[in-house]
Amino acid sequence: MNEFLLIAGMAVATMASRIPLLVWLSKRNLPAGWFRALRYVPPAVLAAIILPAVLIVDGKLTFAVSNAPLAAGIVTALVGWRSRSLLLTILVGMAALFIWRAIFNF
Amino acid sequence: MLHTSPNSQPRARFIAGMRDTFPLLVGAAPFGIIFGALAVTSGFSPLGAATMSAFVFAGAAQFIAVGLVAAGTPGIVIVLTTFVVNLRHMLYSASLAPHLLALPARWLLPLGFWLTDESFVVAAKNFEEAKTETNRHWYLLGSELAMYVNWQLVTWIGIAAGQQIDDPQSWGLDFAMVVTFIGMLLPMIKDRPTVAAALVAGGAALLAHGLPNQLGLLLAALAGIGAGVLAERRWPAVVQG
Repeated sequence: MNEFLLIAGMAVATMASRIPLLVWLSKRNLPAGWFRALRYVPPAVLAAIILPAVLIVDGKLTFAVSNAPLAAGIVTALVGWRSRSLLLTILVGMAALFIWRAIFNF
Repeated sequence: MLHTSPNSQPRARFIAGMRDTFPLLVGAAPFGIIFGALAVTSGFSPLGAATMSAFVFAGAAQFIAVGLVAAGTPGIVIVLTTFVVNLRHMLYSASLAPHLLALPARWLLPLGFWLTDESFVVAAKNFEEAKTETNRHWYLLGSELAMYVNWQLVTWIGIAAGQQIDDPQSWGLDFAMVVTFIGMLLPMIKDRPTVAAALVAGGAALLAHGLPNQLGLLLAALAGIGAGVLAERRWPAVVQG
Protein backbone atom coordinates (compact mmCIF):
# COMPACT_ATOMS: atom_id res chain seq x y z
CA MET A 1 0.00 0.00 0.00
CA ASN A 2 1.19 3.51 -0.78
CA GLU A 3 2.41 5.11 2.45
CA PHE A 4 0.15 8.16 2.08
CA LEU A 5 -2.90 5.96 1.51
CA LEU A 6 -1.96 4.09 4.69
CA ILE A 7 -1.60 7.36 6.59
CA ALA A 8 -4.98 8.57 5.30
CA GLY A 9 -6.58 5.33 6.53
CA MET A 10 -4.91 5.68 9.94
CA ALA A 11 -6.03 9.30 10.18
CA VAL A 12 -9.66 8.32 9.55
CA ALA A 13 -9.41 5.41 12.04
CA THR A 14 -8.05 7.75 14.70
CA MET A 15 -10.67 10.45 14.11
CA ALA A 16 -13.36 7.75 14.30
CA SER A 17 -12.25 7.07 17.88
CA ARG A 18 -11.96 10.71 18.96
CA ILE A 19 -14.73 12.75 17.36
CA PRO A 20 -18.13 10.94 17.28
CA LEU A 21 -18.75 10.64 21.05
CA LEU A 22 -17.50 14.17 21.63
CA VAL A 23 -20.07 15.51 19.17
CA TRP A 24 -22.91 13.17 20.17
CA LEU A 25 -22.59 13.49 23.96
CA SER A 26 -22.09 17.25 23.91
CA LYS A 27 -25.62 17.59 22.52
CA ARG A 28 -27.33 15.91 25.48
CA ASN A 29 -26.88 15.55 29.22
CA LEU A 30 -25.45 12.23 30.33
CA PRO A 31 -27.29 10.36 33.10
CA ALA A 32 -25.64 11.29 36.42
CA GLY A 33 -24.43 7.73 37.01
CA TRP A 34 -22.50 7.67 33.73
CA PHE A 35 -20.98 11.03 34.44
CA ARG A 36 -19.74 9.86 37.85
CA ALA A 37 -18.33 6.63 36.42
CA LEU A 38 -16.34 8.56 33.81
CA ARG A 39 -14.44 10.32 36.59
CA TYR A 40 -12.52 7.07 37.05
CA VAL A 41 -11.29 7.00 33.44
CA PRO A 42 -8.04 8.94 34.03
CA PRO A 43 -6.69 6.96 37.03
CA ALA A 44 -7.80 3.65 35.48
CA VAL A 45 -6.21 4.28 32.08
CA LEU A 46 -2.97 5.61 33.52
CA ALA A 47 -2.59 2.69 35.95
CA ALA A 48 -3.34 0.25 33.12
CA ILE A 49 -0.54 1.77 31.03
CA ILE A 50 1.99 2.12 33.85
CA LEU A 51 1.91 -1.26 35.60
CA PRO A 52 2.66 -3.45 32.54
CA ALA A 53 5.31 -0.94 31.40
CA VAL A 54 7.29 -1.29 34.62
CA LEU A 55 6.57 -4.90 35.59
CA ILE A 56 6.61 -6.84 32.32
CA VAL A 57 9.99 -7.54 30.73
CA ASP A 58 10.11 -9.70 27.60
CA GLY A 59 6.52 -10.81 28.16
CA LYS A 60 7.03 -11.94 31.77
CA LEU A 61 6.18 -10.43 35.16
CA THR A 62 9.57 -9.38 36.55
CA PHE A 63 10.24 -8.17 40.09
CA ALA A 64 14.05 -8.54 39.83
CA VAL A 65 16.31 -5.77 41.15
CA SER A 66 17.84 -5.59 37.66
CA ASN A 67 14.47 -4.47 36.19
CA ALA A 68 15.43 -0.84 35.49
CA PRO A 69 11.90 0.39 34.59
CA LEU A 70 10.58 -0.98 37.89
CA ALA A 71 13.34 0.66 39.93
CA ALA A 72 12.95 3.94 38.03
CA GLY A 73 9.17 3.71 38.40
CA ILE A 74 9.48 3.40 42.19
CA VAL A 75 11.89 6.35 42.34
CA THR A 76 9.51 8.35 40.12
CA ALA A 77 6.54 7.58 42.36
CA LEU A 78 8.44 8.60 45.51
CA VAL A 79 9.67 11.87 43.98
CA GLY A 80 6.24 12.64 42.52
CA TRP A 81 4.54 11.95 45.82
CA ARG A 82 6.93 14.15 47.83
CA SER A 83 7.53 17.00 45.39
CA ARG A 84 4.22 17.36 43.51
CA SER A 85 6.26 18.89 40.67
CA LEU A 86 5.61 17.00 37.45
CA LEU A 87 8.65 18.38 35.64
CA LEU A 88 11.03 17.44 38.48
CA THR A 89 9.39 14.02 38.69
CA ILE A 90 9.97 13.35 34.97
CA LEU A 91 13.61 14.47 35.05
CA VAL A 92 14.49 12.50 38.19
CA GLY A 93 12.63 9.44 36.90
CA MET A 94 14.57 9.40 33.63
CA ALA A 95 17.87 9.98 35.48
CA ALA A 96 17.02 6.99 37.72
CA LEU A 97 16.38 4.84 34.63
CA PHE A 98 19.72 5.71 33.04
CA ILE A 99 21.66 5.21 36.28
CA TRP A 100 20.00 1.86 36.88
CA ARG A 101 20.68 0.72 33.32
CA ALA A 102 24.31 1.81 33.63
CA ILE A 103 24.69 -0.15 36.88
CA PHE A 104 23.13 -3.33 35.51
CA ASN A 105 24.58 -2.79 32.03
CA PHE A 106 21.48 -3.34 29.92
CA MET B 1 -23.66 36.05 33.52
CA LEU B 2 -23.09 38.04 36.72
CA HIS B 3 -19.49 38.89 36.15
CA THR B 4 -16.49 37.56 34.28
CA SER B 5 -13.17 37.38 36.04
CA PRO B 6 -10.04 38.10 33.99
CA ASN B 7 -8.98 34.47 34.57
CA SER B 8 -11.96 33.11 32.67
CA GLN B 9 -11.35 35.15 29.51
CA PRO B 10 -10.63 33.01 26.43
CA ARG B 11 -7.04 34.16 26.16
CA ALA B 12 -6.29 33.47 29.84
CA ARG B 13 -7.90 30.02 29.65
CA PHE B 14 -5.97 29.20 26.45
CA ILE B 15 -2.67 30.16 28.07
CA ALA B 16 -3.55 28.26 31.26
CA GLY B 17 -4.15 25.12 29.19
CA MET B 18 -0.78 25.52 27.48
CA ARG B 19 0.99 26.22 30.76
CA ASP B 20 -0.49 23.20 32.57
CA THR B 21 0.56 20.99 29.65
CA PHE B 22 4.19 22.09 29.59
CA PRO B 23 5.65 19.25 31.72
CA LEU B 24 3.87 16.74 29.47
CA LEU B 25 5.63 18.21 26.42
CA VAL B 26 8.91 17.28 28.08
CA GLY B 27 7.61 13.75 28.64
CA ALA B 28 6.30 13.37 25.08
CA ALA B 29 9.39 14.82 23.35
CA PRO B 30 11.65 11.73 23.56
CA PHE B 31 8.73 9.57 22.38
CA GLY B 32 8.29 11.73 19.27
CA ILE B 33 12.00 11.80 18.53
CA ILE B 34 12.15 8.01 18.67
CA PHE B 35 9.07 7.78 16.46
CA GLY B 36 10.65 9.99 13.78
CA ALA B 37 13.92 8.10 13.90
CA LEU B 38 12.21 4.70 13.89
CA ALA B 39 9.87 5.61 11.02
CA VAL B 40 12.64 6.56 8.59
CA THR B 41 14.69 3.50 9.52
CA SER B 42 11.65 1.22 9.01
CA GLY B 43 10.72 2.12 5.45
CA PHE B 44 8.83 5.41 5.72
CA SER B 45 10.01 8.42 3.72
CA PRO B 46 10.85 11.54 5.78
CA LEU B 47 7.77 13.24 4.30
CA GLY B 48 5.64 10.20 5.14
CA ALA B 49 6.81 10.20 8.76
CA ALA B 50 6.11 13.93 9.12
CA THR B 51 2.72 13.56 7.43
CA MET B 52 1.74 10.79 9.82
CA SER B 53 2.48 12.97 12.87
CA ALA B 54 0.56 15.85 11.26
CA PHE B 55 -2.61 13.95 10.34
CA VAL B 56 -2.78 10.91 12.64
CA PHE B 57 -1.30 12.56 15.75
CA ALA B 58 -1.53 9.47 17.99
CA GLY B 59 1.78 8.37 19.49
CA ALA B 60 1.00 4.78 20.45
CA ALA B 61 -0.77 4.04 17.15
CA GLN B 62 2.06 5.61 15.15
CA PHE B 63 4.65 3.47 16.92
CA ILE B 64 2.68 0.30 16.36
CA ALA B 65 2.12 1.16 12.69
CA VAL B 66 5.84 1.61 12.13
CA GLY B 67 6.49 -1.78 13.70
CA LEU B 68 3.80 -3.41 11.55
CA VAL B 69 5.08 -1.79 8.34
CA ALA B 70 8.57 -3.04 9.14
CA ALA B 71 7.08 -6.53 9.59
CA GLY B 72 5.34 -6.36 6.20
CA THR B 73 1.78 -6.27 7.57
CA PRO B 74 -1.00 -5.48 5.01
CA GLY B 75 -2.21 -1.87 5.14
CA ILE B 76 -5.82 -2.71 5.93
CA VAL B 77 -4.69 -4.65 9.02
CA ILE B 78 -2.62 -1.65 10.13
CA VAL B 79 -5.63 0.67 9.73
CA LEU B 80 -7.88 -1.67 11.77
CA THR B 81 -5.16 -2.00 14.40
CA THR B 82 -4.96 1.79 14.60
CA PHE B 83 -8.66 1.93 15.34
CA VAL B 84 -8.43 -0.66 18.12
CA VAL B 85 -5.36 0.97 19.68
CA ASN B 86 -7.24 4.27 19.70
CA LEU B 87 -10.48 2.95 21.21
CA ARG B 88 -9.49 4.44 24.57
CA HIS B 89 -10.13 7.87 23.04
CA MET B 90 -13.84 7.02 23.09
CA LEU B 91 -13.66 6.99 26.88
CA TYR B 92 -11.86 10.33 26.81
CA SER B 93 -14.28 12.03 24.45
CA ALA B 94 -17.25 10.67 26.41
CA SER B 95 -15.73 12.08 29.61
CA LEU B 96 -15.02 15.52 28.21
CA ALA B 97 -18.23 15.97 26.21
CA PRO B 98 -20.41 16.96 29.23
CA HIS B 99 -18.01 19.86 29.86
CA LEU B 100 -18.33 21.07 26.27
CA LEU B 101 -22.11 21.22 25.98
CA ALA B 102 -23.66 23.10 23.09
CA LEU B 103 -20.43 23.93 21.28
CA PRO B 104 -20.71 24.20 17.49
CA ALA B 105 -19.08 21.68 15.15
CA ARG B 106 -16.35 24.15 14.21
CA TRP B 107 -15.13 23.73 17.81
CA LEU B 108 -15.93 20.06 18.43
CA LEU B 109 -14.29 18.67 15.29
CA PRO B 110 -10.85 20.20 15.89
CA LEU B 111 -11.03 19.55 19.65
CA GLY B 112 -11.74 15.90 18.83
CA PHE B 113 -9.01 15.66 16.20
CA TRP B 114 -6.38 16.98 18.64
CA LEU B 115 -7.50 14.90 21.66
CA THR B 116 -4.64 12.89 23.20
CA ASP B 117 -4.01 11.03 26.46
CA GLU B 118 -2.12 14.00 27.86
CA SER B 119 -4.60 16.77 27.01
CA PHE B 120 -7.45 14.59 28.24
CA VAL B 121 -5.86 14.07 31.66
CA VAL B 122 -4.84 17.73 32.03
CA ALA B 123 -8.30 18.97 31.01
CA ALA B 124 -10.23 16.39 33.07
CA LYS B 125 -8.28 17.47 36.17
CA ASN B 126 -8.84 21.16 35.49
CA PHE B 127 -12.54 20.75 34.70
CA GLU B 128 -13.14 18.79 37.89
CA GLU B 129 -11.26 21.24 40.11
CA ALA B 130 -12.71 24.41 38.59
CA LYS B 131 -16.37 23.52 38.38
CA THR B 132 -17.66 27.01 37.64
CA GLU B 133 -14.96 27.98 35.16
CA THR B 134 -16.24 29.12 31.78
CA ASN B 135 -14.47 28.87 28.42
CA ARG B 136 -13.39 25.29 29.03
CA HIS B 137 -13.01 24.75 25.29
CA TRP B 138 -10.31 27.43 25.22
CA TYR B 139 -8.40 25.66 28.00
CA LEU B 140 -8.60 22.33 26.16
CA LEU B 141 -7.57 23.99 22.90
CA GLY B 142 -4.50 25.52 24.54
CA SER B 143 -3.44 22.14 25.90
CA GLU B 144 -4.09 20.37 22.59
CA LEU B 145 -2.26 22.88 20.42
CA ALA B 146 0.77 22.81 22.73
CA MET B 147 0.88 19.00 22.39
CA TYR B 148 0.36 19.18 18.62
CA VAL B 149 3.07 21.73 17.85
CA ASN B 150 5.50 19.92 20.17
CA TRP B 151 4.75 16.58 18.48
CA GLN B 152 5.49 17.99 15.01
CA LEU B 153 8.78 19.55 16.12
CA VAL B 154 10.08 16.44 17.90
CA THR B 155 9.03 14.23 14.98
CA TRP B 156 11.13 16.37 12.65
CA ILE B 157 14.09 16.17 15.04
CA GLY B 158 13.71 12.40 15.10
CA ILE B 159 13.52 12.20 11.29
CA ALA B 160 16.70 14.26 11.02
CA ALA B 161 18.42 12.13 13.65
CA GLY B 162 17.10 8.86 12.23
CA GLN B 163 19.77 8.58 9.58
CA GLN B 164 22.43 8.86 12.32
CA ILE B 165 21.10 6.38 14.89
CA ASP B 166 21.26 2.60 14.55
CA ASP B 167 18.71 1.38 17.10
CA PRO B 168 16.66 4.35 18.38
CA GLN B 169 14.58 2.24 20.74
CA SER B 170 17.54 0.79 22.63
CA TRP B 171 18.14 4.08 24.46
CA GLY B 172 15.12 3.69 26.72
CA LEU B 173 13.93 7.23 26.00
CA ASP B 174 10.40 5.96 25.39
CA PHE B 175 10.21 5.37 29.14
CA ALA B 176 9.76 9.17 29.52
CA MET B 177 6.08 8.61 28.69
CA VAL B 178 5.66 6.12 31.54
CA VAL B 179 7.48 8.42 33.96
CA THR B 180 5.15 11.25 32.94
CA PHE B 181 2.08 9.10 33.46
CA ILE B 182 3.27 8.08 36.95
CA GLY B 183 3.62 11.78 37.82
CA MET B 184 0.10 12.44 36.49
CA LEU B 185 -1.50 9.47 38.27
CA LEU B 186 -0.31 10.26 41.81
CA PRO B 187 -2.38 13.42 42.42
CA MET B 188 -5.50 11.59 41.19
CA ILE B 189 -5.27 9.02 43.98
CA LYS B 190 -7.19 10.92 46.62
CA ASP B 191 -9.83 8.60 48.03
CA ARG B 192 -10.70 4.91 48.25
CA PRO B 193 -12.67 4.72 44.99
CA THR B 194 -9.74 6.15 42.98
CA VAL B 195 -7.36 3.73 44.73
CA ALA B 196 -9.68 0.87 43.78
CA ALA B 197 -9.95 2.08 40.18
CA ALA B 198 -6.16 2.34 39.79
CA LEU B 199 -5.35 -0.95 41.53
CA VAL B 200 -7.95 -3.01 39.66
CA ALA B 201 -7.08 -1.43 36.30
CA GLY B 202 -3.36 -1.98 36.88
CA GLY B 203 -3.87 -5.57 38.01
CA ALA B 204 -6.19 -6.34 35.12
CA ALA B 205 -3.69 -4.83 32.66
CA LEU B 206 -1.00 -7.19 34.00
CA LEU B 207 -3.32 -10.17 33.60
CA ALA B 208 -4.40 -9.12 30.10
CA HIS B 209 -1.06 -7.91 28.74
CA GLY B 210 -0.85 -10.85 26.37
CA LEU B 211 -3.87 -9.65 24.36
CA PRO B 212 -2.99 -7.98 21.05
CA ASN B 213 -3.35 -4.32 20.06
CA GLN B 214 -3.75 -2.86 23.52
CA LEU B 215 -7.11 -4.58 23.94
CA GLY B 216 -5.84 -5.45 27.41
CA LEU B 217 -5.54 -1.74 28.17
CA LEU B 218 -9.15 -1.13 27.18
CA LEU B 219 -10.50 -4.07 29.21
CA ALA B 220 -8.36 -3.08 32.19
CA ALA B 221 -9.61 0.51 32.04
CA LEU B 222 -13.23 -0.70 32.00
CA ALA B 223 -12.52 -3.02 34.97
CA GLY B 224 -10.95 -0.11 36.86
CA ILE B 225 -13.94 2.16 36.18
CA GLY B 226 -16.26 -0.59 37.44
CA ALA B 227 -14.16 -0.99 40.58
CA GLY B 228 -14.29 2.76 41.21
CA VAL B 229 -18.07 2.82 40.88
CA LEU B 230 -18.51 -0.17 43.21
CA ALA B 231 -16.08 1.28 45.77
CA GLU B 232 -17.97 4.57 45.68
CA ARG B 233 -21.10 2.83 46.96
CA ARG B 234 -19.24 1.70 50.02
CA TRP B 235 -16.87 4.65 50.55
CA PRO B 236 -18.31 7.89 49.14
CA ALA B 237 -15.88 9.84 46.96
CA VAL B 238 -14.15 12.88 48.43
CA VAL B 239 -15.11 15.05 45.46
CA GLN B 240 -18.74 14.64 44.51
CA GLY B 241 -19.23 14.51 40.74
